[in-house]
Amino acid sequence: MRLVTTMTTNSDWMAALGWIPLFPERASANAANVDALYFFMLAVCGVVSILVVSLIFYFAVKYRRRTPDQLAEEAHVPIALEWAWIIIPSLFFMSFFGWGAFVYFKDAKAPEDALEIACTGRQWMWKFQHPDGQREINTLHIPVGKPVKLVMVSEDVIHSMFVPAFRIHMDVVPKRYTEVWFQATKPGTYHMFCSQYCGTEHANMVGSVIVLEPHEYQNWLSGAATGSLALRGEALFNKLACNGCHTGDAEARGPYLPGLYGRNVQLTTGEVVVADENYLRESIIKPGAKIAAGYDNIMPGYDGQLTEEEIIELVAYIKHLGKKYTQFEPVAPPTAPAPRPAGQNPDQTLPTGTVKPTQAPGVMSPAASSTSAPSAEGTTRKPN
Amino acid sequence: MIEENVSLPRIHYLNSHYGWKSWLFTTDHKRIGLLYMVSITLMFFLGGFFALLIRLELLTPQADLFTADTYNKFFTLHGVILIFFFLVPSIPATLGNFLIPLMIGAKDVAFPKLNLLSWYIFVIGSLFTLWVVAVGGIDTGWTFYTPYSTTFANTHVIAATLGVFFTGFSSILTGLNFIVTIHKMRAPGLTWFRLPLFIWSMYATSIIQVLATPVLGITMVLVAAERFAKVGIFDPALGGDPVLFQHMFWFYSHPAVYIMILPSLGVVSELISAFTWKRVFGYKFVAVSSLMIAIFSFIVWGHHMYVSSMSIYAGMLFSILSYLVAVPSAVKVFNWTATLYKGSISYDTPMLYALGFIGLFTIGGLTGLFLASMGLDRHLHDTYFVIAHFHLIMVGGAVMGYFGGLHYWWPKMFGRMYPEWWGRLSALILFVGFNLSFFPMFIIGYLGMPRRYHVYAPEFQVLNVMSTAGSSILGVGYLLPLVYFIWSLRYGKVASNPWRAKGLEWETTSPPPPENFLEQPIVTEEAYNYPTRPAQPAKPTGKLTGGLHPSPATATGREAQVV
Repeated sequence: MRLVTTMTTNSDWMAALGWIPLFPERASANAANVDALYFFMLAVCGVVSILVVSLIFYFAVKYRRRTPDQLAEEAHVPIALEWAWIIIPSLFFMSFFGWGAFVYFKDAKAPEDALEIACTGRQWMWKFQHPDGQREINTLHIPVGKPVKLVMVSEDVIHSMFVPAFRIHMDVVPKRYTEVWFQATKPGTYHMFCSQYCGTEHANMVGSVIVLEPHEYQNWLSGAATGSLALRGEALFNKLACNGCHTGDAEARGPYLPGLYGRNVQLTTGEVVVADENYLRESIIKPGAKIAAGYDNIMPGYDGQLTEEEIIELVAYIKHLGKKYTQFEPVAPPTAPAPRPAGQNPDQTLPTGTVKPTQAPGVMSPAASSTSAPSAEGTTRKPN
Repeated sequence: MIEENVSLPRIHYLNSHYGWKSWLFTTDHKRIGLLYMVSITLMFFLGGFFALLIRLELLTPQADLFTADTYNKFFTLHGVILIFFFLVPSIPATLGNFLIPLMIGAKDVAFPKLNLLSWYIFVIGSLFTLWVVAVGGIDTGWTFYTPYSTTFANTHVIAATLGVFFTGFSSILTGLNFIVTIHKMRAPGLTWFRLPLFIWSMYATSIIQVLATPVLGITMVLVAAERFAKVGIFDPALGGDPVLFQHMFWFYSHPAVYIMILPSLGVVSELISAFTWKRVFGYKFVAVSSLMIAIFSFIVWGHHMYVSSMSIYAGMLFSILSYLVAVPSAVKVFNWTATLYKGSISYDTPMLYALGFIGLFTIGGLTGLFLASMGLDRHLHDTYFVIAHFHLIMVGGAVMGYFGGLHYWWPKMFGRMYPEWWGRLSALILFVGFNLSFFPMFIIGYLGMPRRYHVYAPEFQVLNVMSTAGSSILGVGYLLPLVYFIWSLRYGKVASNPWRAKGLEWETTSPPPPENFLEQPIVTEEAYNYPTRPAQPAKPTGKLTGGLHPSPATATGREAQVV
């Protein structure tokens, strides 16, 4: 059984004392917002419950039938009360709604500089791919204090990513990317659950989020690198001979991919869509679904031929392409270090591979490949 | 409160005909109500048995008794059986069938043969489900989420969906029957605003049954089609959309929550009135609130899907609508409480159920507000908080209301009383057991224990043990009425209207004759027209004269006393 045995220190000593835990660990920026709303609603609803229940008790005792034939008393309760208990609760309900929507919306979109980690759910495990190529199963290492965005997809049924200590929850849907992000506020080990029923071992689709201090995180990163996602995507891109059509020439049979991510694409139908992760994904597995204007429906679909992890790598490659294909091509380590310091020096605490797509072309590829390059390892360790 | 000198009528619907044919081919709404009662009681104890097994497994964090697959089948069968084969038909098909014609002064429902057909369809659906239980179960959860149910589950999904499909038709036909009956067959003088509140809530329920259930039927057929013929509807591997299923499923299943609770709200209105000997305060508000709940219930389904990858703007809309549906529910609670004021309150068993209901429904409803909030649901979604919330509504609400109604109308149905002392005891046991079972789940849920886990992190154990202890008490509370109800059929004291309650159903004999009323009743007054005594003068000037109905002039914000 793969039950998580590591517990947070808080519950540990409570369990030791035989206490009943009443409140979960709070370890993300979002958690405090959720808890504040929870306590507000608990207070309002608690007061209302106590009011109603004590009124019932009071009336039930005061107006009890004392003799078998006692009739009810003539009573007149003003009908205005009806409107009072329609309008006043409505106002409270609207405050619950507004606050709840605010808490949700405030954190709906991940910040631009979030560390992006790919997450694949399958029966019955969580797989993670870090930008620098580290892979993990049922464990997720993240740095404290840094926004982390999970881009998630399922290989089979619907799962749901749930980290109680972060108060976040998002379904992981097959063949569609969903996102969730969080910013851990204290180091520790926290539960990660699948909360959407997914079959036999649903209850064992659990894992741990391990929140590390930045320097520990850097240590961990350099211990587990195997080539960046984008690099692996590029190898796959060439292996599948995608570069046969997506050549970048004027007469190419496939659309020009560099710089495509995030841009608007005009389709043959006249519709305009944004080339986000889901669009790129769909265009790989079902190219005929949305055809870019000016191109023929000639690309073979890769549905069922690529694993979700391979698709993630391809998408990562396309996302990280600069303005030309050639800029990503120097894969060999020797060329990597040259442009690297320019992108890396200003902010050394940032883990590698988090460079924004908006940065100068050419920066992305070497930075992403840095952990696999021997010379880069030295600089990554410097902050320690 | 036992009447003196009452005897059973010579001819009533129970002894007018004998033999199994007189039951299986009956078109008497009262007998059909009893047929339903027996069928759903069997399903209730079967579903409840699975609940006990679930709680037993959750006594410890490890898997002790059952394998993961077995546990998954248990919670699925628990949900499927108790929702589709107990809660949905519970009050409408038993009490509704029995009482609607009696309450509106009619001989029978509008379509008696259709009514019998509904029961047969229900039995066919039940047989499918029992067959599924016998041959190895189903493990998709009662929600049948795709693509798990259509592609990945290796259990008897098609048979189970067909069972639900069939019983859905029973529900549609019953609803249709009731709508026509209430429209066309009311006794002379029985205007809409003289109707008992139970009829109002049954009317609202029937609207939902007729309009929402077809969508469930379609959804079940599509699930079976995708599973059987690989038609790509929900499974993205076949070109479908898994989230589409959730929209379709909840389009029925959220209104279905109100199919379960609205009848109970009606029963409680009757009970509160009968055991305070008072007109329900704000009758029109309570009546219209039932319709409002029915209408709003259709446009809130998306609150089950905030984290399903649905648009956050859609989520916002569903959130605000979900808060609106809470308003008419709150109105009912406040009106019941106000009805108690200056009533003549007796504590007979049905009233204990009604008072317990108000408390549990209030808390169940208020915790629903937590889940309707997008920000909180992002944490609470699919945790035990949700389990606790909907069990408070469905068990603390719907089942409590059903039991309260059974006790209240038991003498009407059989002409005999259940033993009052045992009744009160079991109401108390149920209330204690219920609270112990489900309150710890709110805490477990906020701590973050997901639902449908047969093994769990050790820190959740103490609360789970409390919950299991409560469920065994609850089990005793449910077995007791089964025993004493059966006992009372033969040995119970003869009773006709032991509550001295108002209402057309009490005007005829208990048990009623086959044709309900020997002569056509004519209604001349509103429901709950109980006599009252003059107000006790709290102050020397307290005795005022005034009209029967409150005028705006007296609505000064404090309680005025009017004779």
